[in-house]
Amino acid sequence: MAEKRIIVEPVTRVEGHGKVSLLLDEENKVKQARLHIVEFRGFERFIQGRPYWEIPVMVQRLCGICPVSHHLAAAKAMDQIVGVDKLTPVAEKMRRLMHYGQTLQSHALHFFHLASPDLLMGFDADPEIRNVIGVAKKFPELATQGVLLRKYGQEVIKATSGKKIHGTGAIPGGINKNLSIAERDEFLKDIDQMVEWSEGALKVAKEYTMEHLEELGSFGSFESSHLSHIREDGCMDLYDGGLRAITKDGDKIFDHIPVEQYSDYLAEEVRPWSYMKFPFIKSIGPEDGWYRVGPLSRVNTADFIDTPLAESARVEFMALTSGKPNNITLAYHWARMIEMLHSAEKIRELLNDSDLQGNDLVIKGERREEGIATLEAPRGTLFHHYKVDENDQVTMANLIVSTTSNNIPMNLAVQKIAEEYISGKPEITEGLLNRLEIGIRAYDPCLSCATHAMGKMPLEVKLIDAEGKVVDQMVKG
Amino acid sequence: MEQNLEAITFTIDGVEVQGMPGQTILEAAEEAGIYVPRLCQLKGITPHGSCRVCTVKVGGSWTCAACTQPIYEGMEVDNSSEEIQTLRKDLVEMLFTEGNHYCMFCDKSGNCELQAMAYRMGIMAPKYPYIYPEAELDASHPDLFIDRNRCILCARCVNTAQEQDGKSVFDFAGRGPHKKIIVNGEKLSDTQLAAADKAADACPVGAILPKKGAYAKPVGARDYDDAPIGSDIEAKVCK
Ligand code: SF4
Ligand code: FES
Repeated sequence: MAEKRIIVEPVTRVEGHGKVSLLLDEENKVKQARLHIVEFRGFERFIQGRPYWEIPVMVQRLCGICPVSHHLAAAKAMDQIVGVDKLTPVAEKMRRLMHYGQTLQSHALHFFHLASPDLLMGFDADPEIRNVIGVAKKFPELATQGVLLRKYGQEVIKATSGKKIHGTGAIPGGINKNLSIAERDEFLKDIDQMVEWSEGALKVAKEYTMEHLEELGSFGSFESSHLSHIREDGCMDLYDGGLRAITKDGDKIFDHIPVEQYSDYLAEEVRPWSYMKFPFIKSIGPEDGWYRVGPLSRVNTADFIDTPLAESARVEFMALTSGKPNNITLAYHWARMIEMLHSAEKIRELLNDSDLQGNDLVIKGERREEGIATLEAPRGTLFHHYKVDENDQVTMANLIVSTTSNNIPMNLAVQKIAEEYISGKPEITEGLLNRLEIGIRAYDPCLSCATHAMGKMPLEVKLIDAEGKVVDQMVKG
Repeated sequence: MEQNLEAITFTIDGVEVQGMPGQTILEAAEEAGIYVPRLCQLKGITPHGSCRVCTVKVGGSWTCAACTQPIYEGMEVDNSSEEIQTLRKDLVEMLFTEGNHYCMFCDKSGNCELQAMAYRMGIMAPKYPYIYPEAELDASHPDLFIDRNRCILCARCVNTAQEQDGKSVFDFAGRGPHKKIIVNGEKLSDTQLAAADKAADACPVGAILPKKGAYAKPVGARDYDDAPIGSDIEAKVCK
């Protein structure tokens, strides 16, 4: 037996980190690729017994990078618990504003700090310059725009939730503040600039994809189903809507499914080698029922986008694949920038809406026992499901986070890249490591937040034989 | 004139202060615009003297609780030396490690006297090890809940219920590390406690909280968002 196992592992000791193991056969061909992610299932138990109103504030601690998504998803589920199906206009719009602020800052962070070094400096550029500092030196204007776009998004979060990170704004049945005229005017000053910079970033992502189409067509790419929210009229909606799933060809698997019925359409499978669950579309089954979520899937599933600049960008994006779903993994970056532009446009639309100055913040209805809500987090569809007893204590919590949905797709991307860049070659190369990192990063998985402070993903590679002996080793980062 | 005759003159940190006979150091200091940190003391309730956060040094020789010690003529009170401040800080740190205080999701955050005290004292992370005690949450009452994870055993609820609401709702059971707040019955819903009771609003931390209106005060509008705890008292002196 000459099976070997390569393990690619971040060096930094942080939670949410990933580890790649590649099982090789005698010819050094990839037999199997697995991405292991240390995840936070413990939270679901920690939540049990807590009063339900604490959950939107508590659960955002799950994630340091998109806490607003958890805050809002939990608040939406708790709206159900307090018997509210429709919020007051000010509450609904304040929450949307918070969410678009979050999407703007998260997408800006990912694109400018994490992804742009790979795209602008090239996959094989020296890691010394293939990082955010390298980008800042070579493209100072772009780097500054990234920082300011992110800051703008964070300020929107602060004005709606009270704090830039881990605020309290969304409460069961509503919101705890409105947007003052002074706050609004402050944001209005810069919003046109934000829209313009988002257009600029979109252009970079689009041109990059078009120029490298041939390479990207095969780079970690594969056909897949896609899942996202969709508004009643088929419009992209990041905050609310029913569930839509499409096949690789764009045919609908299901459409406009009320989120409360999610468990009739989706199930989760546990696999012995991973802490993560593997969600799948029930009607297709556990083997082939996996799907992708996130920017690429959302642009693929939407019939249209209700902001003009993002809509024309979507039309251009879809034209590339003649209206069929785009399955190029690295096209996630392009789609992400369409969404960033959409978020900036949505913020502008909301700032001009006087409903945000309303005072009717919270409403209550008849108390219910179960709350299910979804939200399109920056990384993809996020599910929050709770049961609450008659004493107001949570008895059950189930969360499906976007990185979980993208679990199999990320494994596939890793497999594809490994097959292309390692098979047949006896040693572990820098090029392989770079590409694995870039392929995983396209999905903007949660694990990236921890390893990406400087735009680097420190990796440790081990070549381990079937007996578990380390036969080769390489450290990077 | 009469009042002047009865007044007692003493010093706090070298500053001359006047008070009335029977007043505690804490009361007289407060009237003079001097803040003595406190957690278990609540205006209008018999002082319990249990948290010792109000510890002061008298005459350079002995320490006492400013909330229980009456003033006397010529008394010299040290309310701010490094020694006293370090001692108080250690006590507050211990309150944190002896309970399960997860400020990040507590409804009381921003309005909590313990949290505000830690901020005022500049406590970043306690140096003592966390004990992580097992503690129960009782949410049986329709309007209020008690989370023993956050109880600092100050007795404000016990005494407020008795003295102001005329009800026997809370008490303590156990000793030392096993001491805990108990209710008059199997669970909170068995007691006479009502949402409008003074006792329902007496807790300095998030151990007794109303169920309705959680997090309704936005960040920025909470009690200690703008000014540290005690600054309302100190503001008097600035005028
Ligand atoms: S429940 Fe609150 S008021 Fe009562 S003893 Fe504990 S900390 Fe003090
Ligand atoms: S306030 Fe004096 S002992 Fe607690």
